[in-house]
Amino acid sequence: MIPLVTEGEPLVRWDWIGRNLGEIGSLLADHVLMSVVPILVGLAAALPIGLACARWRRIYPPVLGVTNALYALPAIAVFIMLIPFTGIGSRTTVMIPLALYTLSVLVPSVVDGLAAVPDHVRQSAVAIGFGPVRRLVRVELPIAVPVVMAGLRVATVSNISLVSVGALIGVGGLGDLFTDGFNRDFPTPIVVGIVLTIALALVADGLLLALQRLLTPWARAGARDARASRARLASPERTAP
Amino acid sequence: MISFTGVTKRYPDGTVAVDHLDLEIAAGRITVLVGPSGCGKTTTLRMINRMVEATEGTITVDGRNVADIDPPTLRRGIGYVIQQAGLFPHRTIVDNIATVPDLLGQDKKRSRRTARELMARVGLDPALATRYPAQLSGGQQQRVGVARALAADPPILLMDEPFSAVDPIVRASLQDEFLRLQDELEKTIVFVTHDIDEAVKLGHRIAVFQVGGTLAQYSTPDELLAAPANDFVRDFLGGDKGIRRLRFTQELDAEPGAGTEAADR
Ligand SMILES: Nc1ncnc2c1ncn2[C@@H]1O[C@H](COP(=O)(O)OP(=O)(O)O)[C@@H](O)[C@H]1O
Ligand SMILES: [Mg+2]
Repeated sequence: MIPLVTEGEPLVRWDWIGRNLGEIGSLLADHVLMSVVPILVGLAAALPIGLACARWRRIYPPVLGVTNALYALPAIAVFIMLIPFTGIGSRTTVMIPLALYTLSVLVPSVVDGLAAVPDHVRQSAVAIGFGPVRRLVRVELPIAVPVVMAGLRVATVSNISLVSVGALIGVGGLGDLFTDGFNRDFPTPIVVGIVLTIALALVADGLLLALQRLLTPWARAGARDARASRARLASPERTAP
Repeated sequence: MISFTGVTKRYPDGTVAVDHLDLEIAAGRITVLVGPSGCGKTTTLRMINRMVEATEGTITVDGRNVADIDPPTLRRGIGYVIQQAGLFPHRTIVDNIATVPDLLGQDKKRSRRTARELMARVGLDPALATRYPAQLSGGQQQRVGVARALAADPPILLMDEPFSAVDPIVRASLQDEFLRLQDELEKTIVFVTHDIDEAVKLGHRIAVFQVGGTLAQYSTPDELLAAPANDFVRDFLGGDKGIRRLRFTQELDAEPGAGTEAADR
């Protein structure tokens, strides 16, 4: 094993970072693109598949089998399998498996999210006169949002970390900093790559959390008041004034 | 008026939940369907708004066969209240109440104003308007359920054990306010309960169901208590019939005063 940090050489050479800011920025931008596009594609595919599985429960076990198998495939193996079709160094080569991973994570999230809609809520939506489509869009999907968002956060963080593997087939992204550092026995790009990948994952997760809070103010309202309503249950309510 | 003629419901698994039911439900009154669990009360109720389709027979609402009306359209004209309230957890209380007016495409500002008026009418503090259902007690949620069912001013209200999940003190006050509200509104109400005391307290007419989905007796509360049609009804009324009858008579005596009070408002 070649020592990465040699005697007298600092772990981070700030002057190198200063000189390569432009390049680092464009790798970061590539990384964001290659993580986000598969999320959107995976989500767009997972919604109808998840809805179909929730509607026809019998197709769910086989679909789950397929998505689990997809998820178990090692990323690098899929990249290499795809190269003959999409070309080495092509971003599509990286984004296809990531979209499939996203799909595998999100299909169960959509199914579980819809299953979390209480039966009495669904029944009362029917009784009130919601047709099937409006009931789905206005009642069932909004109630499924917290569960779907949890899956989306997992998929996003995992995609951001997996995009780095794409550097092995030369597609750019922050993973390039790792290969560059290893090839030249120079630790600075590796440290920059690690720090930026983690920072990107944290920022993306934070943004999704903020989005979730924005979309589901009711979910937190319920949690906040759970203690209060338990207290109310303990002492029976009297007639409201 | 709602009428059932020779209505049978057989579920796909072969269960006969309702068996050749003939029933006339008077307009503007409270008709209670009462009976032990599994005797077909919920099934009967749900056949009115077609959440359950009758296997045989005809159900008409004001002379129109419900089978000829598109289900969502039919349902928007019939209020429905269930035991767990069935409120939408992701919508605020006013938005929950204004659900049907929204579905009917009515003006949002007006429907929100009506919703707040309804809150006061069912005994809810209007300050709760922007809360979410999880922030309310069971009794308050039930009031919201009633307000939501009334929001589009439907002539008919179907209520399936609406007060069963709250404690007895809250239940009694919900029942009293429900009667007061009905004095003003005069809706056609079909009210399901398994509690004979509740049936006697609320019903103008009571339909006693027995397991197998047949009607054991259909009469006014005092006829029911004075002359149970058979042993099943007698058993169902229980041993404290005399006491119940006495209490019921007292309530009748007290009613004119309460009625005047409501009319004054
Ligand atoms: N969807 C269904 N499929 C099969 N059987 C049902 C269904 N719903 C109700 N039943 C059966 O029909 C009978 C009447 O049920 P229900 O109308 O809910 O009675 P109640 O409301 O009086 O308790 C019961 O035996 C019940 O098990
Ligand atoms: Mg029932």
